[in-house]
Amino acid sequence: MSSYSLRGLNWFNALSAGAKAVDGLTASLKVADGFLGEQPVRFIAVVADPDNRFVRARNGEVGLLEGWGLAKVVDEVIAADQDKPQKRAVIAIVDVPSQAYGRREEALGIHQALAGAADSYARARLAGHAVIGLLVGKAMSGAFLAHGYQANRLIALRDPGVMVHAMGKASAARVTLRSVEELETLAASVPPMAYDIDSYASLGLLWETLSVEQIEQPSASDLARVTECLNLAIDDVAAKGHDLSGRLGAANRAASSKVRQLLREQW
Amino acid sequence: MTDSAALLTKHSFVELGARQRAKALLDAGTFRELLDPFQRVMSPWLSRQGVVPQADDGVIIAKGSIDGLPVVIAAIEGAFQGGSLGEVGGAKIAGSLELAAEDNRKGIATRAVLLLETGGVRLQEANLGLAAIADIHAAIVDLRQYQPVVGVVAGSVGCFGGMSIAAGLCSYLLVTQEARLGLNGPQVIEQEAGLEEYDSRDRPFIWSLTGGEQRFATGLVDRYASDDVAQIRQQVSELLQQGLPAQQRSTQAELFLQRLARLDAEPQIEPSVVRDLYQGERS
Repeated sequence: MSSYSLRGLNWFNALSAGAKAVDGLTASLKVADGFLGEQPVRFIAVVADPDNRFVRARNGEVGLLEGWGLAKVVDEVIAADQDKPQKRAVIAIVDVPSQAYGRREEALGIHQALAGAADSYARARLAGHAVIGLLVGKAMSGAFLAHGYQANRLIALRDPGVMVHAMGKASAARVTLRSVEELETLAASVPPMAYDIDSYASLGLLWETLSVEQIEQPSASDLARVTECLNLAIDDVAAKGHDLSGRLGAANRAASSKVRQLLREQW
Repeated sequence: MTDSAALLTKHSFVELGARQRAKALLDAGTFRELLDPFQRVMSPWLSRQGVVPQADDGVIIAKGSIDGLPVVIAAIEGAFQGGSLGEVGGAKIAGSLELAAEDNRKGIATRAVLLLETGGVRLQEANLGLAAIADIHAAIVDLRQYQPVVGVVAGSVGCFGGMSIAAGLCSYLLVTQEARLGLNGPQVIEQEAGLEEYDSRDRPFIWSLTGGEQRFATGLVDRYASDDVAQIRQQVSELLQQGLPAQQRSTQAELFLQRLARLDAEPQIEPSVVRDLYQGERS
């Protein structure tokens, strides 16, 4: 498998044009400090590095270096703005096909590396930074948990290639003892199992979905549109607070609210 | 005490179900279950896929105390659907951690203990399981500002997927020899990367890389206990009494990046390489 997605890189480059690139990172991490309008932001993307030292992380997967690297670049933001009244927003550009699957990764504790990333994003949120996840491609499983899922607001572009899921189809079929065809049939009727972005949107986890003209390489108007939406999301976080409660409330996620309500009553 | 006498007085923790584990850890008479099975808050997604749901959705939430300290325990039942987390079970854990953090903001020092036997996301509820796990991560990081969150992986399911990340976020982790802790289940790695990379049927190989003893030897967990109720209870209590660690494991990016920079990633890895790399500076 040598083909990998360039969406994350292209959107990163477009959004961060004019921003100051952060050097000295592993080649699979793209980080830059700039502005969205008046708002200072740090852009972060995980991209494919065909020469990655870890062979199982050469197609844009989130592996050991990426997990700990994300933790580091988010920690820098928290530390730099510690005493500032205005906290930089963090924009996670999400195009991650999966976590890295490999022997080295398990042996060296990839779970801990991904915990490092999730930890830093969550602490950034708690410290008052708006954290926005922009889904431009795949947002899969552990990779998404490490890069994006701790965001205050999730924005997804409307495109068949933008998908959120817990596991690729072949593996999911194997683990649940189904054929891929059976899995696809079920996915069509059970919203949380589906791979498309509209089904995902019905779970209430997205703050906004946006249509663009050129998903692979954004046009000027795409860029303007997404920039405006990111600014609105940052303002919305400032107005409504930094927890994840905005994700609750959809009919297809009603049980999540009901369980919380009952727990509170019985606490 | 002779070895055989010690064996006779030992009570296995691993053999207990989730509810019994929670009871065994709490001070006698303090166990109080929230959303117990009689309330029948079940998965809304399983039956339509031909899977029989369970009245507690495989997660037990219990409040009580451990040596007098107020705690909430979230225990995952590994025997139900491989300990997988769906919408309801996931919300039970996330919601109780959120309430524990709220307690602390009101001056009530509620701690949390997570008993982790889980394959991660329940694939029949895929995206709702994943979302719930993200909520659990958020809630651990929040609660951990005030009081420790202690994770226990006793076995026999182990702790995988998004919940291994949750384990990595805990203030402290305790394992037994039976435990396994890793991001990806062996079957999935074999499926994605091939038999040569990861032979899911080779149990000694898998334990040598991800088993409790190796995780303790490499410093990726804090305590290594034998499969004994009294010993595990004692150690969990000690960890709770310790309060917050000086530094959370998951906030040590710089240290781990330095270690990884020293690794020759070219050859396939051996367990001893990880021990040397992660504990070299200690010996």
